[in-house]
Amino acid sequence: MNPFSSGTRLRDMIRAIRACKTAAEERAVVRKECASIRAAVSDNDNDYRHRNLAKLMFIHMLGYPTHFGQMECLKLIAAPGFPEKRIGYLGLMLLLDERQEVLMLVTNSLKQDLNHTNQYIVGLALCALGNICSAEMARDLAPEVERLLQFRDPNVRKKAALCSIRIVKKVPDLVENFVNPVASLLKEKHHGVLLTAMQLCADLCILSEEALEYFKKRCTEGLVKVLKDAVNSPYAPEYDISGIADPFLQIRLLRLLRILGHGDADASDCMNDVLAQVATKTESNKNAGNAILYECVETILSIEDSGGLRVLAINILGRFLSNRDNNIRYVALNMLMKAISVDGQAVQRHRATILECVKDSDASIRKRALELVYLLVNESNVKPLTKELIDYLEVSDQDFKGDLTARICSIVEKLSPDKLWYIDQMLKVLCEAGNYVKDEVWHALIVVITNASNLHGYTVRSLYRAIQTSVDQEAVVRVAVWCIGEYGDLLMNNTGMLDLEEPITVTESDAVDVIELAIKRHTSDLTTRAMCLIALLKLSSRFPSSSQRIKDIVTQSKGSLLLELQQRSIEFDSIIEKHQNLRAALVERMPVLDEATYSGRRSGSVPAAVSTSQGNALHLPNGVAKMADAPLLDLLDLSVDEPAAPNSSGGNFLQDLLGADISSSSSQSGKIQAQKSGTDVLLDLLSTGSAPAQNGSSTPDIFSISQDNKTSISALDSLSSPMVPPVQASPITGGSPMDLLDGFGPNPPVPKDNGPAHPPIVAFESSSLKIIFNFSKEPESPQTTLIEANFTNKSSEVYTDFIFQAAVPKFLQLHLEPASGNTLPSSSSGSITQKLRVTNNQHGKKSIMMRIRISYKLNGKDMLEEGQISNIPRDL
Amino acid sequence: MIRAMLVINNQGKSRLAKFYNYTPVEQQQQLIRSIYSVLCLQPENVSNFIEGGLLLGPDSRLVYKLFATLYFVFVFDSSENELAMFDLIQVYVEILEKCFSNVCELDIVLNYGKMHTILDEMIVGGQVVETNSDIVMKAVEEISKLETTTAGAKLISKSASLLWG
Repeated sequence: MNPFSSGTRLRDMIRAIRACKTAAEERAVVRKECASIRAAVSDNDNDYRHRNLAKLMFIHMLGYPTHFGQMECLKLIAAPGFPEKRIGYLGLMLLLDERQEVLMLVTNSLKQDLNHTNQYIVGLALCALGNICSAEMARDLAPEVERLLQFRDPNVRKKAALCSIRIVKKVPDLVENFVNPVASLLKEKHHGVLLTAMQLCADLCILSEEALEYFKKRCTEGLVKVLKDAVNSPYAPEYDISGIADPFLQIRLLRLLRILGHGDADASDCMNDVLAQVATKTESNKNAGNAILYECVETILSIEDSGGLRVLAINILGRFLSNRDNNIRYVALNMLMKAISVDGQAVQRHRATILECVKDSDASIRKRALELVYLLVNESNVKPLTKELIDYLEVSDQDFKGDLTARICSIVEKLSPDKLWYIDQMLKVLCEAGNYVKDEVWHALIVVITNASNLHGYTVRSLYRAIQTSVDQEAVVRVAVWCIGEYGDLLMNNTGMLDLEEPITVTESDAVDVIELAIKRHTSDLTTRAMCLIALLKLSSRFPSSSQRIKDIVTQSKGSLLLELQQRSIEFDSIIEKHQNLRAALVERMPVLDEATYSGRRSGSVPAAVSTSQGNALHLPNGVAKMADAPLLDLLDLSVDEPAAPNSSGGNFLQDLLGADISSSSSQSGKIQAQKSGTDVLLDLLSTGSAPAQNGSSTPDIFSISQDNKTSISALDSLSSPMVPPVQASPITGGSPMDLLDGFGPNPPVPKDNGPAHPPIVAFESSSLKIIFNFSKEPESPQTTLIEANFTNKSSEVYTDFIFQAAVPKFLQLHLEPASGNTLPSSSSGSITQKLRVTNNQHGKKSIMMRIRISYKLNGKDMLEEGQISNIPRDL
Repeated sequence: MIRAMLVINNQGKSRLAKFYNYTPVEQQQQLIRSIYSVLCLQPENVSNFIEGGLLLGPDSRLVYKLFATLYFVFVFDSSENELAMFDLIQVYVEILEKCFSNVCELDIVLNYGKMHTILDEMIVGGQVVETNSDIVMKAVEEISKLETTTAGAKLISKSASLLWG
């Protein structure tokens, strides 16, 4: 016998491990034990085998590898004695992985033990089988388990029932073998057996439609009676949990009834009475009672409608919300979220209580309540709810403010009835939690402000007040600085006063003070400071008398270490100093920002047109401002002395090409300016691809014709005439006109009379899948677009059960026709087509977009792909 | 179904770990560590439920209860009633109390075999099999008796008594 294996007893080993001060010591002890156990394993030591395995299980629990003990489990299971078997089965459940060949070896032992005369050994075998049974074992041992469902001892019957669950889950074909035995088990009186039988029954119903039908017809009434007895039973101490009779049984019963009653009016009808009894009679001052009520509510909400019962159920949840126990409130909120889809009205009635839960001390409850409130908000209650939430924002926890502001902003954006309210609410949020809002939120606010021309004065005055009190909230500062820059003049003279507004007196220097303060605050970041500089530049023109002071402030940033600030400072300084005549025009008010474009950009994945080196932080207001100062740079660099001279490169090109003397006319800006884009068109056309030769030759022809007619056409007109022919000529060239003409900007001269042609787009492409959209339109309804989606499979495996789903925003209506098939051959060798009919209620304003979801089976495995399509042209 | 039953002490050491879906030992340890890291940060007076989500995979939740130095944890999916799982912890601990009278962490460490015996009488394959503590106790006692007295090699019964006694 190996000298090591006689070593320590299990307890001594545990003590030794516990005595270890460090992880290294522990590892050393475990290593020593493992070495001696390995030695014993290789010696085939019988005497201490089960003790060694017991040690191994402890070592396994500590997270060390124990695979060398697997065969020892099998040997112990095959041993005759109970202690060996006990340890063997325990080891089997804990140590063995799913390697089939090892498990196969145990099947025979299990079979013998399932037929053993000792019911405890049968129990061990059942328990192990219930925990680790594989599909092969399930087939081999199902008859034994089925027989044990009728065993005399109830302890074996209940374990056999749970074992059957594992078996039918592994091999669903076996369901029908178990239907009859379960039906008889459901009539038993023994609580344990009944409990397990109901679980088995529930699983059979989930696995098989036939079983479900069978149990619906045969067992619903019986189960209702069992529940009725349980509710009305006198006190049964042995199953009691804190004063409630057998809550687990009642919960299982309710769950099974839910499965039987779902979608079946007759079965639902049959259980209405007893559910009402459970809902009213169960005591709700104990956790166990609430567990039953909770389950009962879920059952009521899932079975077929019975109005009164649903209201009762939702009222129970409402009552839960004011329970002192956090757990009860937690589950109630979870369930109310499900209940909204069933009966939103009834949930609305508990709005006040739910709102209280937003202020709960438990973060997880707050979070859920907030989600729920978000789901409950609609047009009619948005104002009071938003007020409550914003009021709470003042006192809420720091960690919660992020979530809370995000939700409030989302509610306000989604449901605001008018712009004034929107601006008011957003200002409140920004003042309370401006540091928590995302950039998109204040960008969107600025977009809304520019669009609300009647509110400019009011907004800038409110912001002026807000920045006085909330100077530490970055987002307020940014929005205020931007608005003061744009609408600073409205601040002085109380223009566009609203009735509710109190007049304020602000001087020019007050306004500049605010911006100076913002640019000098040490917490202000680059974006804010850059915005301040732009605002100052704008104010220098709006407040001529403060010009010198503004220049001084701008100059201070000349030495900034941040390149962006330094550059702006130098540029702006030069504008203020040297270009008085040009300044007013340069810093005019921003044109109204297009809300549709902005919201499209936000929801879609279209990248922002201008991306500065600062990335996201600078996107909207600054980005736009940058566009304004980019040409500025050119002006300063190129033509300081004659800034108003039109950039006439197009004209020059034309001049070169045609050799005609038109340079004099091109410098007469006026009309030429309007045709400029046309000149560029020509330029682009001529310089693109294979077209030039043909085009180049055709243009002079046209020109010469017009020269022939010189008598009747002025020089200017003749210049304008070549603008049109290339457009008409371009289809003739045979190239793809769309490509050539793409990106022209203001007025792309698409030949309208041909009717709009829509090129197909690649709507979605992943490594495995490609979707192409072909568009067509019905001439009589411009709002409707027919899309033919074409799916191809790029992988080398066939996809089966292919399903395409799409969701669209509210302004669209989507109708999906059935697909041409649900099997997609591999390697793009075939495709599925599916027609979509989309009606765009905001045709011309917003482009079509959709979220898509594609599910399919790849080698029997469920696959899911999701994406968003936002590259559909606007004109569709 | 119930996916796992764990007992973790307040130092993060696992005292009982039973997984009802096959989980490799490394993954078990990682789960225990991540669950512990969440549990030890839970403030007092909050609900005993934690949404599984990122921690434990989709459709999973966790209920825990702290007794003295030990966290008792059930991991389960949406087919189980959270409040009932909370009661199940109570039942399990009450049975431990009956077995060890004034149970403490040391009892649990040294008798982890018995902990498994009790658990196996209550839960099989992730489903609750019995909640009546008397019936569970009776079965556990019978099994203990069998482990010490079963006819077999004397040496084995001796070592068994050394093992569990």
